[in-house]
Amino acid sequence: MIAYITRRLLYAIPILIGVNLITFALFFVVNTPDDMARMALGMKRVTPEAIERWKAERGYDKPLVWNAAEEGPRRFTQTIFVEKSAAMFAFDFGQADDGRDIASEIRSRAGPSLAIAVPVFVVGLLTMVSVALLMVFFRATYVDTSGVVLCVALMSISALFYIIAGQYLVAKVWRLVPISGYSGGIDALRFLLLPVLIGIVSGIGAGARWYRTLFLEEINREYVRTARAKGLSELQVLFRHVLRNGLIPILTASVAAIPLLFMGSLLTESFFGIPGLGSYTIDAINHQDFAVVRSMVFLGSVLYIFGLVLTDISYTWADPRVRLE
Amino acid sequence: MMDLHAFKPALLWTDLLLFGLLLALLLLAWHIRRHEHLAAPWRKVALSRAGMVSATLLVVFAGVGLLDSLHYRPALPEVPAAQSARGEGGKPAASGEIRYAVELRSVLDLLLDPLPSQVETTYSAPMATRAFSKTAIEGGEGGAVRDFPRLRYGGAHLADEGEAMVDDIGWRVARGALSGLACGFVALLLLALLCGPLQAAGRLRAWLAGNGEDAVHWAAWTLLGTAMLGGVLAWLAGGYHVLGTDKVGQDVLYQILKSIRTALVIGTLTTLVTLPIGVVLGIAAGYFRGWIDDLIQYLYTTLNSIPGVLLIAAAVLMTQVYMDTHPESFETVTERADFRLLFLCLILGITSWTGLARLLRGETLKLRELEYVQAAQAFGVSSWSILIRHVLPNVMHIVLIALVMDFSGLVLAEAVLSYVGVGVDPSMISFGTMINSARLEMAREPMVWWALAAAFVFMFALVLAANLFADAVRDALDPRTRVRGVA
Repeated sequence: MIAYITRRLLYAIPILIGVNLITFALFFVVNTPDDMARMALGMKRVTPEAIERWKAERGYDKPLVWNAAEEGPRRFTQTIFVEKSAAMFAFDFGQADDGRDIASEIRSRAGPSLAIAVPVFVVGLLTMVSVALLMVFFRATYVDTSGVVLCVALMSISALFYIIAGQYLVAKVWRLVPISGYSGGIDALRFLLLPVLIGIVSGIGAGARWYRTLFLEEINREYVRTARAKGLSELQVLFRHVLRNGLIPILTASVAAIPLLFMGSLLTESFFGIPGLGSYTIDAINHQDFAVVRSMVFLGSVLYIFGLVLTDISYTWADPRVRLE
Repeated sequence: MMDLHAFKPALLWTDLLLFGLLLALLLLAWHIRRHEHLAAPWRKVALSRAGMVSATLLVVFAGVGLLDSLHYRPALPEVPAAQSARGEGGKPAASGEIRYAVELRSVLDLLLDPLPSQVETTYSAPMATRAFSKTAIEGGEGGAVRDFPRLRYGGAHLADEGEAMVDDIGWRVARGALSGLACGFVALLLLALLCGPLQAAGRLRAWLAGNGEDAVHWAAWTLLGTAMLGGVLAWLAGGYHVLGTDKVGQDVLYQILKSIRTALVIGTLTTLVTLPIGVVLGIAAGYFRGWIDDLIQYLYTTLNSIPGVLLIAAAVLMTQVYMDTHPESFETVTERADFRLLFLCLILGITSWTGLARLLRGETLKLRELEYVQAAQAFGVSSWSILIRHVLPNVMHIVLIALVMDFSGLVLAEAVLSYVGVGVDPSMISFGTMINSARLEMAREPMVWWALAAAFVFMFALVLAANLFADAVRDALDPRTRVRGVA
């Protein structure tokens, strides 16, 4: 088991190197730092000195991969690639355009992001499984059919609609919660209620429908027929047998998403003005702060790969037949 | 002077690709029709009511989008030589030479004329005759009165806005419904004639009454229904802003119709990127295994591990830098927007082929162990021929299902990306840009709801139709659902 996990973690290294190379190519090779400087400073009448100053302030004034002006190993290290791209392996993300340290910014913003993402994940999962089980219990009746139709309709609605309509109805017309903002401590609950609710509702359509298919696949299996034959009630069959086996694909798919909860939700956070990582990313995109976008790409990949490893481990936990060698 | 020189056709890259894709689809349909074993599953789609209704709606949407993809540049009215010093592109125009507008127009614009040019000063509610906000109007006795001014175009043909307006609207709805219905019948008749002139009448009757087996009559009635709705909208739009106007006074209905093309382009052209990469890499990984498999798996795990939105954002930011530093590459605003749209499709394609490749890899791994593939290998058939003749046809259903399923997701993604600011060019009308510019209007008092509502309703209709059609296609094509059936 430990050997397997170590191997999986080692396997992550080439993937992260690949991600690093892709971001490096996207951010520095396709467009040179000069282009970025010109864009950040405004297109018209930019003096070469201003560009040089902009690059020097951010440490972009070095060669990309090979510094011929230096001696020995410094030819490698005194380059943009090592200082800006490879340094991310040590979680050294550098500074944002406003001069703040990206790493400390990420640390302080992870909390609010998790405060939304974790309840949405946990409550959402429970709701989706319950709705799916309900549809399976009433399978091939009007409850089931209309449930599926409702699910398809729900998943055809844009996520933006849920947010805008929810904000309008709950916060503006009914005045139950504040429209946007955030504060620490117990007071945060008022601000989190609506975003969490919207997050759950917007995911329910696609999720419940998929889980229903998974459960229906199980319900035609022979062990279920045996369970019925030995006289178990339909509810017992559903909860003891169908749910347990149907949960395996659901669990493993959900486990992969757990690390990514840190990244927060781009849309919800920026609509509700919650100072999490999602709104941080959106702001960076809008202000064209490349250093932040680059860091978030790398962080997201690290978390994704971590999720893959967790998935493998969860397989053994959920399904005793699986052994990791 | 209505002659050949009144316009000059203009071909954008997306137009070209869109029509290329349409041609490919028609060829595919023709190929499937000629082969019974391929056509049989598709006939099952015709049994599904939801499938037929949604397919008809999609065809209507596609029709609007395709009409909007036939671009041309209208000729400018002749101007005296003195004024033409600032000719197109700064070049002085030679006398007698016909000059064309820089702005591109589409056949849809032509059909909707004069809707695109009927611009009010600012917001106005749906079907309104007066503006949304008060402005100072010159009063009769010299002083200025603050009141809601009459709109320039909306209901401008009415002398008073009370009784006459109700009559006018009722009259327009009735005429619109009738003419729409008539158009729908004519379209059905033409379709029936096209299918074979001999039994056209009988076919038409079967389409409308239904023959108890398939759901084709659902499609026919949906077509008639949409035609009726279209007729009503068209007649109303002739005198009013049916869905109101936005901040700069542009008609919302017009913007909605223009958005359909953008959504279609994103939803379909992305597949042009996804398809070749996903199919080639997926099948190659599954069939050849070994280091090829390792390499391809590494490639898609790496791409997958980058959060999709962020990769798209990074790539789009970089295109923006490129477009800003190379302004000389783009002649017009439309070309610029078109380039960005095309690039967005490319990026979306690059981030979304991984799912298809993984599915195909798994299926090919199973297929390569089957007897007929082993037999072909034993006979010494080359790998290439085995892949083309035996593997590819047997994974085609997965490819088709994946393509249809992807469409709705891409349409939804466009709106989100445009909101984030990494979607289509802000000058391009799309559901995303409409929502983005309208979302702050919810905070106004009284609220401006129509642009937002219209964008969401039409997007919902398009995505729902796509989802239902995808379900019907999957049920018909996926061999697993044929045996499985709900207990």
